[in-house]
Amino acid sequence: MSDNPATTLSPAEISDLRCVAAMMIPSSTVYDVPGADDDTIFADILASLGRDLADVRRALAMLAGIASLGSAQRDAAAVEFRATGGPLVAAISRVILQCYYRDDRVVRSLGLEPRPPFPKGHTLEQGDWSLLDPVRARPKLWRDAP
Amino acid sequence: MTRNDIVDVLIIGSGASGAAVAWSLAETRMKILCLEQGDWTKQSDFPSNGRDWEARRFADFDVSPNRRARPTDYPVNDDNSLMKVANFNGVGGGTVMFTAHFPRMHPSDFRVRSLDGVADDWPVDYPTLEPFFAENDRMMGVAGLPGDPAYPPHQPPMPPLPLGKTGTRYAKAMNRLGWHWWPSDSAIATTEYDGRAPCINLGHCTPGCAQGAKASTDITYWPHAIRAGVELRTRCRVREITTNEHGMASGVIYYDADGTERFQPAEMVILACNGIGTPRLLLNSASSRFPNGLANSSGQVGKNLMLHPWPQVRGFVDEPVDGDRAPMLTLWSKEFYETDPARDFVRGYTLQFARGTGVVNEAITSMAAEQLPWGEDHHRIYRDLVYRRLQIGIACEDLPEAHNRVTLDPVLKDSHGIPAPRIDYTISENTRRMMEHGIARASEILTEAGATNLYTSRTILNSPGHLLGTARMGHDPDRSVVNAWGRCHDVKNLFIVDGSIWVTSGGVNPTSTIQALALYIADSIKQRLATLFD
Repeated sequence: MSDNPATTLSPAEISDLRCVAAMMIPSSTVYDVPGADDDTIFADILASLGRDLADVRRALAMLAGIASLGSAQRDAAAVEFRATGGPLVAAISRVILQCYYRDDRVVRSLGLEPRPPFPKGHTLEQGDWSLLDPVRARPKLWRDAP
Repeated sequence: MTRNDIVDVLIIGSGASGAAVAWSLAETRMKILCLEQGDWTKQSDFPSNGRDWEARRFADFDVSPNRRARPTDYPVNDDNSLMKVANFNGVGGGTVMFTAHFPRMHPSDFRVRSLDGVADDWPVDYPTLEPFFAENDRMMGVAGLPGDPAYPPHQPPMPPLPLGKTGTRYAKAMNRLGWHWWPSDSAIATTEYDGRAPCINLGHCTPGCAQGAKASTDITYWPHAIRAGVELRTRCRVREITTNEHGMASGVIYYDADGTERFQPAEMVILACNGIGTPRLLLNSASSRFPNGLANSSGQVGKNLMLHPWPQVRGFVDEPVDGDRAPMLTLWSKEFYETDPARDFVRGYTLQFARGTGVVNEAITSMAAEQLPWGEDHHRIYRDLVYRRLQIGIACEDLPEAHNRVTLDPVLKDSHGIPAPRIDYTISENTRRMMEHGIARASEILTEAGATNLYTSRTILNSPGHLLGTARMGHDPDRSVVNAWGRCHDVKNLFIVDGSIWVTSGGVNPTSTIQALALYIADSIKQRLATLFD
């Protein structure tokens, strides 16, 4: 990763983003999953900012210093941000969630196989087409047009 | 400027309509060239090949050209519209990134003035297009089930997609309500078909199909057209259509893959850039002969933009259903499609029944809707949502209104410096009442299907990407841009075959009808070759 400020976050921004990630999705012993601030997941987040970098940076400007706040102040800052951040909330949520929910450990915890859809695909049950019998019995619905 | 050799037919755009018209005209043995601003997409490029398949729907496979922002895209100023533009610029055009839901327009859709007293009748009708619908179903490869009482009889060439768990839930609920439902016609191979492999349920079809089961025109029409002698040239962005002293189209100026400006002369030009790209190009082709834009003596170029408002209602059931482990769409209902005088709106809508969504998208959309919290409760609540979603889309017809329009943005330009389009669009009161009616019915259905925790999105960003009506067809040159068979009233060797020529929008996904219309226009051209420009 380069140190170009146009393509990467500053150390302070990274610290705040990591704090937000942990607040959004904390680790859970109940579900045996890491939080979004886990080393592997957070590295993926930083590497995947892509088209959202500018919006994430604007979001972090609204949340500047959140990592250094006490718990109650952090919560208040997050509530304020979510109430007023508009599309910036969506952007920061997206960059965290899209990486969290593709982590192997998280995917397995949902009972799913960590793999791309192709080439294995999925099986879809055919279903019972006799359910259509009452529909087949209906008169035509379309209107004749002059 | 470099001047190329003249061609008989020059088609601009290789998407749904450009591909169909190229294939149909190939049998004439004319020299046919298609210019496409984008690239071919390899099946190995599609997101479902990788673990980041959902994330790429927000990146290089986003439906919005503004967010996707590939070098082959052009920007669109859609700030003054609640609904945003969705498209794809590449071989196959929007069919590369459509859901493959493939309903036809209904017979009544072509006669809205006669039947309902609104807008205008089309200069063509369903019986005229019927053989071209059938031909297009065969070329695209459509899966479906004959016998739908909502349509005149037709025979899709492949069996329908399975009902699945989600479809079964919907079907039982609709039967209890006594409302119409039917498996959707889908442009998805359910068997081996014309060299394509059958669907293996890779997920939502919108960001392209790595299996090649979805019928995008790069793998349906184009292989046949190219084998028949049509030349398709990619990375060629057309700047303007030129005219000669007789007021006829003489060719186009375009930028090739190296950025070189070229003049491509042609005996006939066919526009296939859809409801945003076509008016943009006509307006960018203004000249001293055509000061208001090419083919625009009526002033109708760019007006009457129709985008299909598309509310969605979703809810969650108490067991896992199909989610994104299959094509998104399952069934349709036409129960509320035709005008009912008892309602407070005219015209109607299709209900589209979706299977659900993926793991990442569930989290993103549910958090945006404030159904999924931050913090300790996140994991528990997420597990009550994921793969439990039912979702119904309401495909509302919006009627043509002159103030909904495409113009040229005075500032925004694409990477070649060509003025970009700007859209101004509002949703009419009639359509708003239709939307609310549909939202109420969808909520009833979801509740009957056992869903709770309902959530309504009244406008969906960058959806559905149906770009219609901005160069409409008609008999009257003062009120329309093209005649009943796609020829511009003002320029007799210039044709338009895409969604811009639609008079009204119906309440269905438009691709099937766009292509049937393109095949009909191609056939009309072939029937009139000796007198085509008279």
